[in-house]
Amino acid sequence: MNFFVDLLIEPFREYIFMRHALAACVALAIGCAPVGMLLVLRRMSLMGDALSHAVLPGAALGFLVSGLSLYAMTVGGIVVGLTVALLAGAVARVTALREDASFAALYLISLALGVLIISMRGTSIDLVHVLFGTILAVDDPALILVASITTVTVFTMAIIYRPLIVECFDPGFLRSVGGKGATMHFLFLVLVVLNLVAGFTALGTLMAVGMLMLPAASANFWARQFWSASLVAAIIAVIAGYSGLLLSFHLNVPSGPAIILVAGLCYAFSVFFGRYGSIYRRHKAGGHLTG
Amino acid sequence: MTTITLTDLTLGYERHPAVHHLSGSFQPGSMTAVVGPNGSGKSTLLKGIVGILRPLGGHITRQNLKKHQIAYLPQQLEIDRSFPITVLDTVILGLWRQIGIFGGMKRDLWSRAEQALQAVGLAGFEMRAIGNLSGGQFRRVMFARMLLQDSAVVVLDEPFTSIDSQTTIDLLKVIERWYKEKRTIIAVLHDFSQVHDHFPETLLIARELIAWGPTAEVMTDKHLTLSRTMSEAWDDEAEICAEEGL
Repeated sequence: MNFFVDLLIEPFREYIFMRHALAACVALAIGCAPVGMLLVLRRMSLMGDALSHAVLPGAALGFLVSGLSLYAMTVGGIVVGLTVALLAGAVARVTALREDASFAALYLISLALGVLIISMRGTSIDLVHVLFGTILAVDDPALILVASITTVTVFTMAIIYRPLIVECFDPGFLRSVGGKGATMHFLFLVLVVLNLVAGFTALGTLMAVGMLMLPAASANFWARQFWSASLVAAIIAVIAGYSGLLLSFHLNVPSGPAIILVAGLCYAFSVFFGRYGSIYRRHKAGGHLTG
Repeated sequence: MTTITLTDLTLGYERHPAVHHLSGSFQPGSMTAVVGPNGSGKSTLLKGIVGILRPLGGHITRQNLKKHQIAYLPQQLEIDRSFPITVLDTVILGLWRQIGIFGGMKRDLWSRAEQALQAVGLAGFEMRAIGNLSGGQFRRVMFARMLLQDSAVVVLDEPFTSIDSQTTIDLLKVIERWYKEKRTIIAVLHDFSQVHDHFPETLLIARELIAWGPTAEVMTDKHLTLSRTMSEAWDDEAEICAEEGL
């Protein structure tokens, strides 16, 4: 019994940085779950990835200006991420280029810019930490930032839930009844960027999108409705955060990849054994029903 | 009651007209079939009427009718059929103007939704996911949603293509009901017998107006032959249309 307490609970009781990290993971999980679910439903999974790369030059710029300051890098990330999202949306609406293509173009440009900025400063251990995750160094300001972003996300989602779902399901109809589809789409992109920024303070820009996508992609195999799938996604994300932190603590590996890998395991399990559309379900033998 | 008037209307894409110099009006409570060969500009005309497409020339007046008061069934729906949503929720979207972003469903709205589903023969399908419906059943769902929209003007772009005869008969009944309720109906159709049997007015176009009026006077051999001679080609070297408008 004591062995399990030592293994599963003690690290969090003993070390404040572990408690901080766990709190950040839970907050991230709650914010990222519904946003990730919508990314999946809107077939924008890869755009989330593109946006996460777009956040990088912003963070790098912040770092260049004021060193390892959370606020500078956060503001930089939000500003650049939103600019890319807005420009991509604008290019798609004004020209004939589709949104995914304009996203790809803009994120490549900003990624190149980010790498250029980093190389100007030379390699830096601090910067590597920022880019690849420092969840074990989540301090009070970072925790407050993540929690605030989660709060904003959950409330915004609650307010624009209905038009967002309709815009996702039948944009033409929403337009025809005078719904503000474009506004909803924009607000949603803001939420995506905010959650990516929340993620990168904890997991690094490369891993941030993992907390958005992996739980959501897994949840699709377990629930059929948006709200229930979001709940499942949040639970998976919390499990991944908790187990990943423990792995990181006991095996002395970086926390970001550990968390995302646990989420990856959940995804693999769901692909094989999920309730809906999994490999197991599709190939299970059995007679068909009468009606 | 609103008259929709077209004045020397030209609609098209990238300066190439799909249909040009169209004038005339849809009277309130009229029921008009829009007929013409493929590529004659029927869908483009409907997009102009509902206000999705801005005219290249001329104009459309809808009097005090707002764009969102027109129920429109496009030929190509933008709907994601794999979206996890039930038949009932899809139909209830027709009440968007009443419930909006925050409004709840009152008891009378629930019963209206129930009646709409019954009218299209989908009672008992409420909780089915739309991904599990056949093409015909899904068309019924779209009609139920338009029933709830309760619009003064209903615009339908090929509502019966790839739909079996029973579904067509049921949905034609819904259209007849709208006509009795004095709504204005504009529908693109390809089946001439449907046009003859159900639609008092016909608008025949072939990238320009061929004839517009009572169905029997429009659907003559002379007009139909004329409509088949139209040119479908886009001429990139085309000059600016010299046919003078008003």
